[in-house]
Amino acid sequence: MIELLIILAKIIVIVAPLLLAVAYLTFAERKIIGYMQGRIGPNRVGPRGWLQPIADALKLLFKEIIVPTNANRFLFVLAPILSIGPALAAWAVIPFDAHLVLANIDASLLYVLALTSVGVYGVIIAGWASNSKYAFLGAMRSAAQIVAYEIAMGFALVGVLMAAHSINLRDIVLAQSGGIVHWFWLPLLPLFLVYFISGVAETNRAPFDVAEGESEIVAGFHVEYSGMMFAVFFLAEYANIILISVLAALLFWGGWLSPFQGIPYLEGWFAVVPGTVWLLAKSAFFSFCFLWFRATFPRYRYDQIMRLGWKVFIPITIVWLVVLGIAIVSKVPPWFN
Amino acid sequence: MITEKVMFFVFASVLVFAALRVITARNPVHSALFLVLAFFSSSALWILLQAEFLAITLVLVYVGAVMVLFLFVVMMLDINLTKLREGFIKYLPVGATVALLIIAEMIIVLNANFGANKITSPMIHGPGYSNTAAIGGVMYTDYLYPFEIAAVILLVAIIAAIVLTLRRKVGAKSQSPAAQVQVRKSDRLRVVKMPVERKEIGQ
Amino acid sequence: MQALRHMFRSLFLLELFRGMRLTGRYLFARKITVQYPEERAPMSPRFRGIHALRRYANGEERCIACKLCEAVCPALAITIDSEQREDGTRRTTRYDIDLFKCIYCGFCEEACPVDSIVETRYYEYHFENRGEQIMTKEKLIAIGDKFEKQIAADRAADATYR
Repeated sequence: MIELLIILAKIIVIVAPLLLAVAYLTFAERKIIGYMQGRIGPNRVGPRGWLQPIADALKLLFKEIIVPTNANRFLFVLAPILSIGPALAAWAVIPFDAHLVLANIDASLLYVLALTSVGVYGVIIAGWASNSKYAFLGAMRSAAQIVAYEIAMGFALVGVLMAAHSINLRDIVLAQSGGIVHWFWLPLLPLFLVYFISGVAETNRAPFDVAEGESEIVAGFHVEYSGMMFAVFFLAEYANIILISVLAALLFWGGWLSPFQGIPYLEGWFAVVPGTVWLLAKSAFFSFCFLWFRATFPRYRYDQIMRLGWKVFIPITIVWLVVLGIAIVSKVPPWFN
Repeated sequence: MITEKVMFFVFASVLVFAALRVITARNPVHSALFLVLAFFSSSALWILLQAEFLAITLVLVYVGAVMVLFLFVVMMLDINLTKLREGFIKYLPVGATVALLIIAEMIIVLNANFGANKITSPMIHGPGYSNTAAIGGVMYTDYLYPFEIAAVILLVAIIAAIVLTLRRKVGAKSQSPAAQVQVRKSDRLRVVKMPVERKEIGQ
Repeated sequence: MQALRHMFRSLFLLELFRGMRLTGRYLFARKITVQYPEERAPMSPRFRGIHALRRYANGEERCIACKLCEAVCPALAITIDSEQREDGTRRTTRYDIDLFKCIYCGFCEEACPVDSIVETRYYEYHFENRGEQIMTKEKLIAIGDKFEKQIAADRAADATYR
């Protein structure tokens, strides 16, 4: 019983800051995109707008939840739960430090991959259960897109586990220890790019946001959702952004390892910084990149998305896996000796 | 131990229920979703058997990829159920015979090899045991050739499917994204330099 | 060669990085947002806000009911009725502008021979009930009385161009 309570406490310790981060990521998005467009962004609620996410959440909480006529009521309510569930569950295996992890399971990378792929059901079921053409189109687009990019993403992660000789996230990070050049971004640069771009596509973010496509299909799969149910979709999307960013930091950028490792003097000076701070800083940068992309790039056309996924990314990853295999067999220093 | 048993029965009953609903649900989308539920419960059963790698792979491959494609197709179908049921009586004898045959075969096979007393209960391993490593070890040593041959067969199937369905329609209008992304400004846009209008003489 | 260069460029995402550099630069650029209720954008004396009917300095209303504004109004927003007063002058009994029809083109102001109907700089108004959008003569004259100083100053500033 006590054990269960401890696990519950750990879950809360992970999920509560995560939800807070999600709330403030929405705020950061509006601020950063505003700044990139020469605007100020929200600044009215609270000092410099810092209470804006709370105001948004309160507004959404008090809004009426509308279920469209002829919608499949059960699935309609289930869909937001299906999209937030995996987005939060994946955090169970994320190591924040060498010893700071809720569940250090063997196949943790696979587990994360499986759960991110399950997240698509929220989108598909939402689109189908809404009994709306726009929602349905969004669901169709999203299904095709996510299946395509999941393959590219999976291949990119195969490269990581080849290089690390493990599918345990903790071991993958530890395999990168030894300084900034030992991190996997350098030997796996093409795979990192493929992984990150696929991550953007998997989370249905701009420029791959055809599933929402405000200007084409209104809001895609969540047109019919209102109030808190819409907010849950929103939460899931941003939780997934943070998850992809943390994974990018863990798999390619040395996770909680200090970037000054192996550099004389600097290593000593920065030794007091706990590893979690490095991990959070790296993930924050990648989350920032998500917003940066959205502020910069126009939406991809649907057939170009498909072409990029199937005809560009998958060949690149396969070619690089062969290159990587050769490098590992011939023990290329400093990564594989 | 008792919690494990309870969990087994919960997941097993969900699995059986979901599997039954797959074939009895009227709406094909519901059937597909029940199949997803069935996959989930069976993967939970595998986790109870300490086969976490297989369980996660089941979710990843079947739930994450295969069933998404299934749903993709099923959602776009416009099935007229009354029309489907038209020949039910006519085909009933043939169907019933086949079903009985399968049941008989299963009884014969299962009686010989299965049964609670015929299989040993699974080994319970310590916390240091890695199921993933064990599968990898077996797959790349004892079963290397079957594994590789299966992979090649799948590759052949992929290529065959592409070849069978790939036909160029004559006269079909389509865009080539590959050509479109190659376009540069200089291909489309010609900037013409024109002299600034001169002042009229005498002004 | 051209194709090779293109491939290099697209594989290394050079164009995308150029785009991101641009937005990255704007992240630190000066923000041009005007914080509206506290700050306001500068306004021209020719600004076309809500309408007003003016009076002469002696308190007599300017409008002589010539109906030129009614004729020129492209949105047919103006309705005028008139009658003769006891002193023999013609004045309006009714001067309505439907603000839902009005497109704030300023033609009425240009057409007016006595500078009676004008558009003021005032633009922060709203209606809460149906029918309030009809600006009657009384309302228009009240607005004119309220902003007369500003209106006169604006006409004076623009006088050389009229």
